[in-house]
Order: sequence, then C-alpha cells, then structure tokens
Amino acid sequence: MTTVDSQRNLIEIRDLSVTFPSEAGIVRAVRNVSLDIRAGEVLGIVGESGSGKTVMSLSMIGLVAESATITGSITYNGVNLLDLNDNEMSKYRGKDIAMVFQDPLSALNPVHTIGRQIAEAIHIHSDVSKEAALARAVELLEIVGIPRPAERAQSYPHEFSGGMRQRVMIALAIANQPKVILADEPTTALDVTVQAQILDVLKTARDMTGAAVVLVTHDLGVVAGLADRVAIMYAGNVVELGNVDDVYASPAMPYTIGLLRSIPRVDAVGSSRLTSIDGAPPSPVALPAGCAFAPRCPAAAPQCDERIPDLVSLSPTRMIACTRHSEIAELQSSGKLFVEGPQHVALQSLGQSVALEVRGLKKTFPLMKGSVLRRRVGSVFAVDGVDLTLREGRSLALVGESGCGKTTTLLEILNMVAPETGTITVLGRNVAELSKKQRLEMRKDLQIVFQDPFASLDPRLPVGDAIAEPLDNFGMPKAEQNQRVMELLELVGLQRDHASRYPAEFSGGQRQRIAIARALALNPKVLALDEPVSALDVSVRAGVLNLLAELQEKLKLSYLFVSHDLAVVQHVADDVAVMYLGGIVESGPVDEVFARPQHPYTQALLSAVPIPDPAVERVRKRIILQGELPSPANPPSGCRFHTRCQIRATLPADVAARCVSDRPELELRNTSRVACHAPLN
Amino acid sequence: MTSTATESQNQAARLSRRALIWRRFLRNRPAVVGLVVLIVVFIGAFIAPYFSPWNYYENDFDNLLMPPSREHWFGTTGTGIDVFAQTMRGLQKSLIIGILVALFSTSLSAFVGSVAGYLGGRIDRSLMWFVDLLLVLPSLLILSILSRYYQGKSWLLLVVGLTIFDWMITSRVVRGMALSLRERDFVRAAKYMGVPTSTVIVRHLLPNMASIIIIAATLNVGGAILAETGLSYLGFGVQAPDVSLGTLIAEGTAAALTYPWLFMFAGLSLVLTVLSVSFIGDGLRDAFDPGSAKSKKI
Repeated sequence: MTTVDSQRNLIEIRDLSVTFPSEAGIVRAVRNVSLDIRAGEVLGIVGESGSGKTVMSLSMIGLVAESATITGSITYNGVNLLDLNDNEMSKYRGKDIAMVFQDPLSALNPVHTIGRQIAEAIHIHSDVSKEAALARAVELLEIVGIPRPAERAQSYPHEFSGGMRQRVMIALAIANQPKVILADEPTTALDVTVQAQILDVLKTARDMTGAAVVLVTHDLGVVAGLADRVAIMYAGNVVELGNVDDVYASPAMPYTIGLLRSIPRVDAVGSSRLTSIDGAPPSPVALPAGCAFAPRCPAAAPQCDERIPDLVSLSPTRMIACTRHSEIAELQSSGKLFVEGPQHVALQSLGQSVALEVRGLKKTFPLMKGSVLRRRVGSVFAVDGVDLTLREGRSLALVGESGCGKTTTLLEILNMVAPETGTITVLGRNVAELSKKQRLEMRKDLQIVFQDPFASLDPRLPVGDAIAEPLDNFGMPKAEQNQRVMELLELVGLQRDHASRYPAEFSGGQRQRIAIARALALNPKVLALDEPVSALDVSVRAGVLNLLAELQEKLKLSYLFVSHDLAVVQHVADDVAVMYLGGIVESGPVDEVFARPQHPYTQALLSAVPIPDPAVERVRKRIILQGELPSPANPPSGCRFHTRCQIRATLPADVAARCVSDRPELELRNTSRVACHAPLN
Repeated sequence: MTSTATESQNQAARLSRRALIWRRFLRNRPAVVGLVVLIVVFIGAFIAPYFSPWNYYENDFDNLLMPPSREHWFGTTGTGIDVFAQTMRGLQKSLIIGILVALFSTSLSAFVGSVAGYLGGRIDRSLMWFVDLLLVLPSLLILSILSRYYQGKSWLLLVVGLTIFDWMITSRVVRGMALSLRERDFVRAAKYMGVPTSTVIVRHLLPNMASIIIIAATLNVGGAILAETGLSYLGFGVQAPDVSLGTLIAEGTAAALTYPWLFMFAGLSLVLTVLSVSFIGDGLRDAFDPGSAKSKKI
C-alpha cells in the first residue's frame, strides 16, 4: 500500500513522555518518544507488557488517565493534540482518530443495540438524520462481515461472540472515515482462526478508508503480515524503527535480535533450543539510568549504563537506539550475540512404554433451569470421545481453540476418578480401579503446571513453603524438605535465598519456574502443562520453554502439553492431537502433522497462525474459516466440523452427505490418524 | 521484583512462613508497642491489686467521693470504694471477656465460613441456614430470657453468650471469600497434589483471608467489652459488688463532668486496651500480607 502521499506525516509525535504517580514511585510509562505516522501506512508498535505501547497510543487520542503527566507534543494537522481539553479532543476522537480496543466486550455499551451504537458514532460527527445513520450502520456491519447485518443491528453486544464484537468495534472505528485507526492488541483475546478473520477485516477497513493504521501488539507474527513499518518499544523507549522487511531480516538492536530469535515458529523444522534473553523487563518504577536493555544485553558495555541512547538513523528508513550500533552487525555475524541452544532430541529409546492413555473419554455438564425445582434441560458435550496416547519420555500436545474441551480433558485426567465414559490409564493403571490410598500415591507421578503463575502460587505462602507443600504432604521430614527445596530451586535456575520470599517479589517467568519446581518436587513421571507460557512476556517465554526441554531430557519426563499456541507446540511437542468441539480430529507426530496437515480443520488452524517473517507471511495463502465455533451444548450432527468445513463444498455429493450423517472415526493415514470422510488429498 | 543475588547468597536456611510472619511483625514498631502495652496492662491488672491497700468491695467511709489522692490513687466512689482497685478488677474481667470472646467468635466464624465456602453444596447450605437463623433471632431478648436461669452463675457463661451471637456476619463474609478462593489455581494445585481439605483451609484459605479475620477480631475485643455492660444491666453477667470496665463506665458517665475520676480511669483503660489490640491487629495484618510495604525490609 504505497500511495503517493505516503511520505507525508499525518501525526508527528515529538519527545513524548508520560508518567504516572504510584505508591511505589513515579511510573515512567513512555520516555522521550519521537515517532511519525504517515498517511495510509500500517505502523506496527511492538512491545512487551509494560513497554509503554498502549499508553503511547492512548495519549494520541487523549484517553490517558487524568493522573498522568504528559510532556512533549503530538501534532496532527498542525494542532498539538496535547494542548486540547477533553471537549476539544472529542471533535477529533472517532472522527479523525479512531480506536479499536483489545476487549470489545467492555468497549461496547451492553444496554444499547449494536446498530444504535454505531449510528450514534456517525451522528455525533456528521449532520445526518437518524434513519440515514442507522442505514449507514447496517452498511458498515456488512463491510466488516457480519451476516444478516440489518437483523443483527438490532442485537445487543452480549448476543455476539468475541470475534463478532471485534468486527463491530472495527465498524465503529471506520464509521466516520478516520485518518488514523489505532488498534490496541485487536486480536489478543481471540482464537487464532478468528484472529485471521479479524486481521482480514482490518485490512479491508484500511483499504476502504485509506486510513493509517497503528497496530499495537506484542505479537511479531501479526505485525509481519500487516504492517509496513514497525517500531519496537522497550521500557518506554522506541529502540528500533524501520520497514518491516528490513527489521525482520536484519534486526539491529540487540533486543530486537533476541526477541526475533526467541519466538518459536510454526513453520520451523526440527526443534532447536530457542535463544533466550536473560532476566525480565525492568519495572517502570525503577528504570536504569542508561540503556534499559543493558542489564539483559549480551553486548552491553560500560558506556551503555551511562545514558539512554538516542534514536539515531542507520539509513534514511531505519532508526536504532543503541550506543554500540556500529558494532552490532559485526558482533552478530561473529556469533557473539545470542548463541543458539543445542538441538532438542526426542528420547526415542524411551518412547515405547505408555505413560498415559485415554480412550473414549466423555464429559458432559448438565444444563440446568429453574432455581427451586432445578431440572436438567440439556447437556454441554465438553469432551466427546477423546483418545490420547502419551509415550514415556515424549511430549504430547493437545491443541485446539478455546471452548474445544482441551482443558476439561486435562482436568478429567488429573481428577483421577472414573470418567463418565471411557478409560484413563496412568502408567499402566486404570484410574477407575484405584483405591483412595493408591490414588494419593499416584498423584506423585502426575503433576500439573498451570497457565497463570500469578494465580497458581498462593500469594501469602513463601516460595520455599510452596515448593515444600507436596513434600510435606507426603510426610518428608523437615530437614530433608529443606534440602530438596534448595535442589529444586537450583534445578529451575533460581537461587537458594529465594526460598524465603513471597511470590509477589518475582517476575512472571520466575514464578512459572517456581510452579515448575513445585510440580517436580515429588519426582513425577508425567507433567501436565496447561498453557505454561501463554501468560508470560514474549522475551521470557523462551527461557521457560528451554527449561522444560532441558528438564525433560534430564529427568526423563513425559509431558502432556495443552496449548492453543501452535508455534509453541511445534517447538515443544513430539506428538500432537488436534481437538475440535470435544473430539480429536487429527493426531500424529508433530513434524508430520504440521508439515502435511490432512484434516481441513488442522489445515485452517495452521494457515491462520501468523509467522514472524514478512517475506513468508505476505505470500502465504490463508484459509479463513467461516463462522464461529458452534456451541458444545448443541453440536452439529455427523462430523462436528462440517458446518465450517472449507473442502466440503468440493466433495462428491455422497461424501458430503456422510459428513452430515455419520461421525468420522480416527483412522490411520500415512503416519497420522485423521477423522475425516474426505479422501486423502 | 529484583533478584538480589549478591545479598546473602549463602544464606541457605529457609525461613518458614511462621518465622517470616513473626519477623515481619517485629519490624512493625506500633504493633510491638501495642503488644508490650497489652501484656503490661494484662499482668498489671492481676498483680497491682496486691500492692494496693484497698479492695474493690471494701468501703472507706472516711473518704466518700474523694478525688485521686496519695491514699486512693484513683479516688473513691460515693460509697467510699477505691477506684483504683475497682479499675484493676474491672480490667481483669473485661480483658478476659474481650479477648476470649474475640478469639472464640472469630475462630468460630473463620471455621464455619471457610468450611461452608470451600466444601460448598449441602454442607454450605445447612451451615448458612443455621447462620441466618441465628442472625434473625433477637439476641438480646434471648439472653434476657436465659438470664433468669443463669443469674448468679459464673460470669464466664457471659463469654459463651456473647460468642454465640457475635460470629455470624463475619462467617458470611469469610464464606464469600472462601467461595472465590477455592476456584483459584493454587487451591486446585494443592488439590491435585493430594493435600487434604483441612490443610488446604489452614494453609491457603485462612492466610488469604487474614485481613478480614484480623479486623473482625480486633473490633470484637472492644465490642465484647461494651456488650457485656448491656448484659450486666439486664442482670446477666458481672453483678455488683463485682465490677467490669463496662459497668464502671456505665455508672461513672452520669457524673463524668462533676466527678471525672469515677469514669475517666476506667475509660482510659478501655481506650488503652482497644488501641493496643488494634495496633497488634494492624501489625499482624501487615505481617500476613506480603504486599504491605510496612513490613518490608528497610
């Protein structure tokens, strides 16, 4: 999208600083940022949580909290937006600069219909009749791909799914033909197939309005596919700025280099250790005097700590903030920056006996009605016939979108009681036949690491006590407990004196290490990992993933890995099982399934995952699935996927009919097992 | 947030939660002062009478309604009873009543609330029905009916009576918090480790509700001391010639402006006690809460 006036600056941000007062001290969210937004471009702003990217975008639209102190200037059309009061700013908000928020549920008013909310947005900025505004609202809903727009305009926000709400937000944003659309993590809360749909809509919206899009995100893959230029932010500073292709192909700032190398890619072949960046992002209350990245930087030199490096031009299109920018390229080519880890080898020799086996597992939740006389009016088929086999020393990933039943499956396994239907066998023993005592013993062998390390550690229990909890529970003497806690802390890369501290003193990555240490305390054979890195910052994920790989080799663990992040799965797992609406649609070795997906859902899922490489990402064909995940309370007949299947239309009539009538069984095709009526393509 | 690797790297000994809380409590100066004052008052209330020439039931008919003097440190009442002896006797009673009631009722509410909230289902419903039942019963009425039977019996029965009608609201609050805590991952993690229910409640639920429990306990101390006055008035509880801080204050207020010593010393003792308890409570609360800045290392 290079238009004639693409070099014209639409918004000029100069020396912008935003600070907030807080109990702990002054939070310096944005520090001396200068940035231009050009007409019609897509500018990606990438940063981890706390890097100041959201605050910066909010300051462009005058929505930063009132307690904040903002200095510098943001010039739009010759007007400094920071000088405007709230009333004056309202004239620009929505009209010239529109915003798409991360969470569309809280951004929409629950008591007004969608149509009315969009019409209101139009009404405020232009002098049109109510009817005309409403008609325009329906038009906009059609543009963003809401089916039956005239009818849906009468619906309330809660009647829409997350993806549909985000479409509505985009419709709202483009209602007044804005010049700039600010999109703050527009797809973070969404599933990957829905994300693909929304990014598509965002592209359409941009093409229709010709507006510049500022895409604020932590996901380098999303930026790669959509953005023209990218600004990398770290601790309130822009540290690198340039054309997407240049930045991704030859990152210059050590942080960008590390970040790009630390993210797993779904199209990777084999699984090498990821490059991990040491440490964690600094607290915005206690920023170092010099370069904020210096404490984690492998190229840090004494001069880095002296002052904050300025953003200097490497070339006309490229800016970088690094005191050693002239030496970085050389350091990188000589391999002195971010050494890649050794190849991860699956333990083939161990992979013979079965650690965990699930056959025909079903779990339904009753749908109840009435408060006094409660009666069952239906069932939610959360898990509906799941088969899994986890071999010893290997990793099995269970992937699927939210609501597909993967977490329910995991919890059913961990409950270790006889399931409604089916069998669960842990280390050769059917859990239904265990006595209470045997079940307790069995818990030693099967432990779990939860998704959110901020929730899975008791905030009021010191870390040492938390790790010792399982030991204490199985009657280990206190002295031995101490010894073991110290061992475990060192095993997961923490220090001994961390034992006497509370979880609040640790960063997300460190907390997840503590959770892993706790899970490993009893020397389990199987570790269930429920999205172990999805709550962590991008730059610390690699460290945790590498730790998991290392522990698996050292301790001969088997992992049952539940995730929606296919890139992480590609990196961690040996085998994968893809789940859709309560059932497994495809399972097999991860390299095979990801390289040659056979089930149409797997194909769509894999094609929807953004790859952090603009060259690859732009030419990739994406399969955009139609519609949304059907409700598990009322699943489609036959093949659960037939309502959204992209290949069903191309099938012969008799096969297509079977998709509706019969549920396909998993059958072996090549090396994977696939549940699909369609012949192998 | 920062990993202070350099600091005490070789300090291998791990401090348990109990040790940490105690250390954090000791760092809180007002709390320590409160604790010391409470202990001194408590011991003083029991020892001081031995050094006083007067007894709380003796009348000194030579000195009626006299202000504080060398002979009568806190003055005398209209019937010539030494106010110092009375105050000490009152303190003994009130301290025991206040602290015991607070201890019992808070433990009861924490126990019932957390069990109901954590276990849920039928146990929750029946326990909460019982709580609601006690809440709608007019406690004063029942106690005054019962007082007929208990008149003249041990004043410790008062502790039981006050406890029974003083725990329900806190237990409902505790139950509500337990309901949300049991869904938290760290509780689920403990469950999957096979940790028994009682341990989960003691180790995870109660410390996370410590703030509300401690506040309830602190308020209960003062509340119980004053509630006892009301009951004594109904003839249930401390009866003349025996005294408590509550009865002393109740009797003395009428003459607060003309003969202030009748009321002032008892009142000050009450203020001192309640203040110390609330300082201790604050200190404990901060010691339990790792987010509190007060107890961090300075």
